[in-house]
Amino acid sequence: MSEVTRQLLENLNALAAGLFLLTAFGIVAMRQAKACLNLFILQSLLLAASAALLGLRYNAAHLYGVALVNLISKPIIVPWLLRRTSPAEIYTRREINQVLDIPIALTIALALVIGAYFVGSALANAVAPEFRGPNVPIGIAVLLLGAFTLTVRREALSLLIGLLVMENGAFLAGISIARDLGMLVELAIATDGLIIVFIMGVLVRAVQKQIGTTAVGALTSLKETAAAPEIDEAPL
Amino acid sequence: MSVIVILLLPLLAAVLVCIPFGRRWVAGVTVVSCLANLILVLRLACQVVAHQMPGTLLEAPWSNWIAVDGLSALILLLIALVASTAAIYSVGYMAHERLTPKKLRLYHANYNLFVFSMLAIPVLAEPTLVWIVVELTTLCSALLVSFYNTREALEAAWKYVVLSLMGAGIALFGFLTLFAAMHAGGGGTYTWAALVTVAPRMPPLLMQAAFLLILIGLGTKVGLVPMHTWLPDAHSQAPTPVCALLSGIETTAILYVILRLFPVMQAVPGAHAESWALVLGLISVGTASFLLLQVKDYKRLFAFSTVEHMGIILAAIGLGGSTATYGAMQQIVSHSVTKSFCFFAAGAALLATGTREIAAIRGLMRRSPIAGTALIFGGLAIAGAPPFAVFLSELLILKGGLAQRRYIAAGLLTTFIVTAFFGVMLHLNRMVFGASANAASMTAHPAPDTTSAFHLPFSCRLALILAAVPVLALGVYIPRPLHDLLAMAAAVLTR
Repeated sequence: MSEVTRQLLENLNALAAGLFLLTAFGIVAMRQAKACLNLFILQSLLLAASAALLGLRYNAAHLYGVALVNLISKPIIVPWLLRRTSPAEIYTRREINQVLDIPIALTIALALVIGAYFVGSALANAVAPEFRGPNVPIGIAVLLLGAFTLTVRREALSLLIGLLVMENGAFLAGISIARDLGMLVELAIATDGLIIVFIMGVLVRAVQKQIGTTAVGALTSLKETAAAPEIDEAPL
Repeated sequence: MSVIVILLLPLLAAVLVCIPFGRRWVAGVTVVSCLANLILVLRLACQVVAHQMPGTLLEAPWSNWIAVDGLSALILLLIALVASTAAIYSVGYMAHERLTPKKLRLYHANYNLFVFSMLAIPVLAEPTLVWIVVELTTLCSALLVSFYNTREALEAAWKYVVLSLMGAGIALFGFLTLFAAMHAGGGGTYTWAALVTVAPRMPPLLMQAAFLLILIGLGTKVGLVPMHTWLPDAHSQAPTPVCALLSGIETTAILYVILRLFPVMQAVPGAHAESWALVLGLISVGTASFLLLQVKDYKRLFAFSTVEHMGIILAAIGLGGSTATYGAMQQIVSHSVTKSFCFFAAGAALLATGTREIAAIRGLMRRSPIAGTALIFGGLAIAGAPPFAVFLSELLILKGGLAQRRYIAAGLLTTFIVTAFFGVMLHLNRMVFGASANAASMTAHPAPDTTSAFHLPFSCRLALILAAVPVLALGVYIPRPLHDLLAMAAAVLTR
C-alpha cells in the first residue's frame, strides 16, 4: 500500500468519524422521534464505514466483519424489531416539552465534546501510534452525548436511541484501540444490541397499553416520600 | 465438562417450561433444574477446594473461555443456592397470584433465563463476554421486574433497564480500554488470569481509565450510591422470589466483576483502586443507612439494605489486608443467604396482608405468626445482630479495618452499620409487634379480617425454613470446606 493510499484512507476515516459526531449532535437536537431513528441509522452506517476504512488501512480482516454486522443489524433489523414489538405511535411522537430547550442542550453537548477531546487525547497518547486517530476522542464524545440524550429525553424511542448511540460511541473508539478483539465477541455484542431493542420494544408496548402514552418520562410515581396520589399525566 | 452442564441446565429448563403440560410441570421443571444445578455446583466447588490452588483452571481445552477459581466457585455456589430456594418459594407464591397458564410459563421461562445469565458471569473468563452476560442479566430480568404490568412496575422496569444499560455502555468502553491496555502491555489472550500476569507491563493511565469506567458503569448495576436510584424501585416491584434473586445474588454477581479488577490494579503503583473502593463503599453505606430511616414500603427497606451491604463489601475490599478481604468474602455469603431470606419473609407478609406499606401493617404477629416471626428473624439477621451470619462477617471486616490502622474508616463504617440497624428494626418492630393502635380506623376499614388465621403455602414455608438454616448456622460455625473456599476466594483478590 502506497503512502498516498494510506493517507487517503486515514483522511476518509477522519471524515467518517467527523460526520459520526455530527449525527450525534443531530440526535440531541431533533424533536421528531422518527428523525432520531433515521439519524441513528445514518450514524451506524458511518460506523460501518469507519470500520471498513480502518480494516483496509491496517489490513485487519475482522474489522470488515464489524462493518458487515453493523450494516445488517442496525439499518435493517433494528427498525424491523421495533415495528414488530412496539406500537406505531413511537414514530409519530414529537417532544415539545423537553427538559432543556434545544440551544441550551446543544451548548452543553458542545462542552461535553470539548471535555471528551482532552480525555480522549490523553488516552490515545498512552497507546501505540497506530491505534491513535480521531476515533478515540470522537467515540468518547458520542458516548457522552448518548448519555446526555438519555438524561434530557422522555420519549421512549429517543431514550432507546440514546442507549444505542452510547454503544455506537464505545464501538467507534473500540475499533481503533481494541482492533483484535475477536469475531465471536463482536457478534455477541451486536446480538446483545438487538436483544436491547426487543426487550425495550416489549416494555414500551406494555407502557402504552397501561398509561396510554409512550412518554415514559411521565412515569414518576415511585418515590420515597410521597404516597403520591395518582395524577393523570398532562398531555404532551 | 460439568461447567457446561451447569450452564445448559437452566437453558434446557427455560425451553421445557414452554411446553404446556400444566402448572405443576412448569413449577416442577424449574425446581428440579435448580436443585440439580445446586448439586453440580456443590460438586464443582468441592473439586476447586480439593485442588487447593486458587486460579486452577478446570477446563483445559476451554480455558480461554471458561475458567473456575475460588472466587468464581464461591459466587456460583451462592447463585445456585439462592436460585434453588427462590424456585421452591416461587411454587406457592406464584400459585397464590392466580396467573393465567401462559403468564406462569412466561414467568418460569424468564426465571430460568435469568438464572442462566447469572451463572454465566463467574465462569466466563473473557472480560468482554462477561460484559455481555451482565447485559443479559438486565435484559432477562427486565420483564420479570415489569411482570405485574402495573404503572409502578413498568416505571421500575424502565428505569432499571435504562440506567443499567447506560452503565453498561460506559463499562463497555472500559472493557475495550482494558483490552487496549493489555495489548499495549504485550498482549496474549484476553482473560482475567492473563490480565493479572500482564498487568505490571500495562500502561497505568489506560488501566486507571478502564478501572474507573468499569467501576462507574457496573457500579450502576450493583447499586453504588450516586447511581443507585433505580435499585429500590426494581427490587421492590418485582415478584418476591425475583426480588430475592435480584437483591440477594444479582448485585453480588455484578460486584464480582468489579472485584476481578483489584488484583490487576494492584500491579500498578499509585493506582489507588482501593481508595476509590473505600470512598465509594463508605458513601453507599452512609447514604443507604440514613435513607433506610424514611422508607414507607418494607420491600424498599430491604432494597436499601442491599445498597448498604454492597457498600460494606466494597469498603471492606478498600480497607485491604487479609482479614478484611476474608471478611468481605464472608459478607458476600452472609448477605446473599440473609437477604434472600428477608425477601421471602417480606413476601409472606405481603401475602398475609396484601399491602407493602409499613404504616398499614401493625401486629403482624397476631395475623400471621409465621410471617411475623420470619420478618423479625430476617430483620435482626440482616441488620447484623448476633448470632447471625452478617454479624460475624461485619465484625471480621471491622477487625480487619482496625488491624490496618484505618480507624476513621472503620469508625464511620461502624456508625453507619449501627444507624442502619436501628433503621431496619424501627420499622420491622412496629410492623410485627406494634399494637394495632388505630382501632377506630380498623373498624372503619373492616376489609382485612384479622381474626381468621392466614395460611402460608407449604412451599413458601419450606423455602423459609431452608433459607433460614444457613443464616443461623453460618453465624455460629463456618464449616471447614467453606472456610477453605472463602480463603481461596480472598487469595484471588490479592496478588
